[in-house]
Amino acid sequence: MRSIWAGIREVWRYPSAIVGLTIIFLIVALGVYTVVTLPYNEAIRLWRGGEEVWSESPKTARPIWYDWLTRRSLSRTIVLNSRDGQAVKTVETLGEDAQTISLVFSFDYPYDTFPQEVVIFFTAQFDQKTPHASMTWRTPDGREIRLGQVSLRPTETYRLALDTRLARRLNNVLPQIALFADPDSETPVPVKGTYELEILVSTFENDADVDAKWVAYGEVHGLAGTDYRRRDLMVALQWGTPIALAFGLLAALGTTLTTMFVAAVGVWFGGWVDALIQRVTEVNMVLPLLPILVMVGTFYEHGRSIWVMLGCVIALSIFGGAIKTFRAIFLQVREAPYIEAARAYGAGNGRIIARYLIPRIIPVMIPALVSGVPVYVFLEASLALLGLGDPVLPTWGKVIDDARSQGAVHSGHYYWMLQPALLLMLVGLGFAMVGFSLDRVFNPRLRGL
Amino acid sequence: MVNESLLRIRDLKLHFRTTKGVVRAVDGVRFGLGHNEAVVVIGESGCGKSSLAKAVLRLLPRNVQTYSGEVYLDGTDTMQLDEEAFRRQVRWVKMSMVPQAAMNALNPVLRVGDQVAEPMMVHYGVGKDEALAQARRMFEHVGVPVDFMHRYAFELSGGMRQRVAIAMSLVTAPALIILDEPTSALDVLTQANIMNMLKRIKDEMETSFILITHDIATSSELADKVGVMYAGQIVEVSDAFRFFSGPLHPYSQKLMASVPRLRADVEPEFITGQPPSLFGLKPGCRFAPRCPARFGRCDEDPPVYEVDGREVRCWLYEETGTLVEEPQKA
Repeated sequence: MRSIWAGIREVWRYPSAIVGLTIIFLIVALGVYTVVTLPYNEAIRLWRGGEEVWSESPKTARPIWYDWLTRRSLSRTIVLNSRDGQAVKTVETLGEDAQTISLVFSFDYPYDTFPQEVVIFFTAQFDQKTPHASMTWRTPDGREIRLGQVSLRPTETYRLALDTRLARRLNNVLPQIALFADPDSETPVPVKGTYELEILVSTFENDADVDAKWVAYGEVHGLAGTDYRRRDLMVALQWGTPIALAFGLLAALGTTLTTMFVAAVGVWFGGWVDALIQRVTEVNMVLPLLPILVMVGTFYEHGRSIWVMLGCVIALSIFGGAIKTFRAIFLQVREAPYIEAARAYGAGNGRIIARYLIPRIIPVMIPALVSGVPVYVFLEASLALLGLGDPVLPTWGKVIDDARSQGAVHSGHYYWMLQPALLLMLVGLGFAMVGFSLDRVFNPRLRGL
Repeated sequence: MVNESLLRIRDLKLHFRTTKGVVRAVDGVRFGLGHNEAVVVIGESGCGKSSLAKAVLRLLPRNVQTYSGEVYLDGTDTMQLDEEAFRRQVRWVKMSMVPQAAMNALNPVLRVGDQVAEPMMVHYGVGKDEALAQARRMFEHVGVPVDFMHRYAFELSGGMRQRVAIAMSLVTAPALIILDEPTSALDVLTQANIMNMLKRIKDEMETSFILITHDIATSSELADKVGVMYAGQIVEVSDAFRFFSGPLHPYSQKLMASVPRLRADVEPEFITGQPPSLFGLKPGCRFAPRCPARFGRCDEDPPVYEVDGREVRCWLYEETGTLVEEPQKA
């Protein structure tokens, strides 16, 4: 055991191990941070949420760091909610049953590009008589544009781009462009400055009340951008970390330990036990893992989860090819004089396997274990890409799958696919570098290479 | 009459299956010893000494062809016990062993203290602390500093490792300890040390030893009784005093003549020829082809005769001895 600790200490002499351990440390830190700051239930709620959860974020918006790649400052999302006091609200009572509510939003627009979409969400409280809203837009250069008129149901969404009358008035220029563009410019360029939106609501009941939320969706949003369902990709990228690590580690541990144990049992008992294990292993080595997993995933369409897949991976790997490697070492150890000595003093089979055979294989096992982690992280991503991922959990593989099925690369949304891919590669790189270094420490014959 | 109160072996056979045929490594051994008695088993390399030890402790390799006979240990026929019962009741409880090349017989990943304590935990189910306390007493007994208990086998010298292996064989205080060439890889001084230590242990712990060796001079220190093994059989069992002054079997005589003498001006002799191959033995006395006293009857398998409380498997004693065992059928 002490030699193992000494070996692990020796790892620090290898630069690749230090780099690898740093990467692993950062990824683990991200995983821990995620689990602490974004609880599981919240993450699932966000990831499964639709328009109602994500009403304030744009569709397939790039990450905000795209700004750094371009000279222009790309438009960001602006949300103003009168309920939060971000509008000047005045109520004027006109008579017995009539009042005018005026909501004036004013905001600064400093960006070089137009918003992706402009939407106003109304919430109205009334008994029977529907309030009526009319909207006016004032640009920094003093122009005034009349927007549409809306009868307000309790919740009403006014999408400017869908108002055909407005479009006609704007000469069929998209409203999110027309409202911001400089009329004197050849190519559309937004006018920077303070804009004002005035909403005048006539209500026909005295205790009626109306609030509005103005959202101009930006072209960039969040650290990781958003996907086609307006979800912030940060949720998936962050939560993908602990899931990938857990899946990779559990699978690597589960397969290595079971394989090692089976190999030890086979070698120790020999005879037909060994023969049976070897034949089963050979048959199992011929069977392809991925198609079987696809089959299992398809079969358990409804109850499918990443943990069922994990169980299948481990179950299928019990008689994996690693048995051959372990067996070769065990065969050598079995003949050692101290094993016979152990038999002589009456150690039972279990004790010999646990205390005499298995400790000898740990130095070989640790590098195999570490190098095995990324294999299973990638496997999880592959399964997700084949549409066999966990239907609930946000994982890196799911993000890549979404990006692929929504044609992210064809429509230029490279960030969508590259970010999870980059994280996958980092995990692979980190564990591979540590694994190689461990291999050198524990197999000194490789050191000269 | 030979004292066989502790161990009595009759017609013990251990044959191995190999690609060249059957090796009759132990082939009808008749042997025994009493309580608190040290027996030295001597013989040339390849005569089956180590196989005899393995056969007694039932440490059988995988290619066993025949394993039969009677082994009575303290009155129980251990051949009737199944593997599990034998493991629980005999190994290290009644009989322990210091294996050949004891230096490699220690687990490299266990501290030697833990290793010595292991049999206590396996057989008596005692806690680790108690087992370690017992191991500590054994370390003191065999003269290894107690703080060496925390070391690993590769951190000890050969002599120390040998002592640790002996401590391990003593830890459960069995009645019989089989030592398979315990001093063969050590220098002369260490050999003498270990022999003296064994002698002291025999007196203090009232243990019996079977000491397997080809080093007649060193083992004469310890021996109460001598067994001579030749080609898979014990050809002579005798008390040590009379054996060293006058062995009965012609092979024993030649063997003793081959030992260099310090005080007498005698050239050491050698035995012409080679011991028979243990594959496909022919009928007749196995030593006959090399025997200076060979005569007509030697073509038949010799029986065992008792001569003044010594046993010898040789036709020469047909007249003077009493027959105790019929010649075995090949």
